[in-house]
Amino acid sequence: MISGVILYSIAMILLILSWRKSVSRTKKVVQNAWSMFAKIMPDVMSIMLLVGLSLSVFTPSFLSSVIGEQSGWIGVVTSTIIGSIALIPSFIVFPLGDTLVENGAGLPQVAAFMSSLMAVGIFTLPLERKTFGNSFAYARNAAAIFMCLLFSLLIWVVMV
Amino acid sequence: MKTFKAYRLFVVLLFVLSLVTLWNQTMGWNAIQLTGKSMLDMLLLLPPILIFVSVLDTWLEKDALVKYMGKDAGLYGIVFALLLGTVAAGPLYIAFPISVILLRKGASLRYIVFFLGVWSTTKIHVVIFELTSFGPLFSFLRISFCLLFFYMMGVIFEKIYDRRPSLQRDMMKQHSEM
Repeated sequence: MISGVILYSIAMILLILSWRKSVSRTKKVVQNAWSMFAKIMPDVMSIMLLVGLSLSVFTPSFLSSVIGEQSGWIGVVTSTIIGSIALIPSFIVFPLGDTLVENGAGLPQVAAFMSSLMAVGIFTLPLERKTFGNSFAYARNAAAIFMCLLFSLLIWVVMV
Repeated sequence: MKTFKAYRLFVVLLFVLSLVTLWNQTMGWNAIQLTGKSMLDMLLLLPPILIFVSVLDTWLEKDALVKYMGKDAGLYGIVFALLLGTVAAGPLYIAFPISVILLRKGASLRYIVFFLGVWSTTKIHVVIFELTSFGPLFSFLRISFCLLFFYMMGVIFEKIYDRRPSLQRDMMKQHSEM
């Protein structure tokens, strides 16, 4: 909520400054913003639908059963896949991870799950491809998946 | 037809949601409520961010940005990407339009890849929760490992895309369509 207030204040201040400098350019600013909004709306709508689905289907008890402490590297791979598909707001990621560990999920698996939730997005790929082009979008996500697996291994070696 | 294509994924997901609801009513109803709530959140969050992006696009001078995020920005580029990625709020896909503007204004791909990495690694409110529930060792390992990885990834990506100018042109074309 507070970040929303801050964001709106910054946007308003920027708009006022811009308006004082040039009215016509400011009109263009608003037009541009609106056309961007219209363009990403279809993707954002599907992304939101996926957030709702993820949060209700991947419940902590379900997840803990799939990626339990004994699940080993298969659990790491599974949690990376689930984390890449699911879309969960970033401020929920760590509370969810905490609940998972309490419910018996292994730490390396949860580490892979959390980092892939934040860095990999299979369902935001259409949006990413539109902005960066195909090859960059695929390469970035592939590299991020690789990173999640490495990070999970690191946690496994150091903390388990 | 074009509108339908744009909403294709949405329609598919809507179908999945109705299947889930048929299979398990509480779960489906829960998903619908959560979707509605996050849509409201997003509709509130997006307008100021898009205004911000659009103001940057119109007023930011190319030379100024090249100094801070251009090819030879060095430490400046790292610090700038760190600051920008840490302070900003919101999911990763909000960073996409911001990156495009920065790229178009002459930012180097290395710092953009790093910026996207920082965005998904260090968020102040997120890290505070991480510290209390997973402990400082976990946070330290995650942040240092991820930042190092993403910086190296930026260096590699920059090399690859520099050698393949056609790809870069492709990216630029995508930008102008945004």
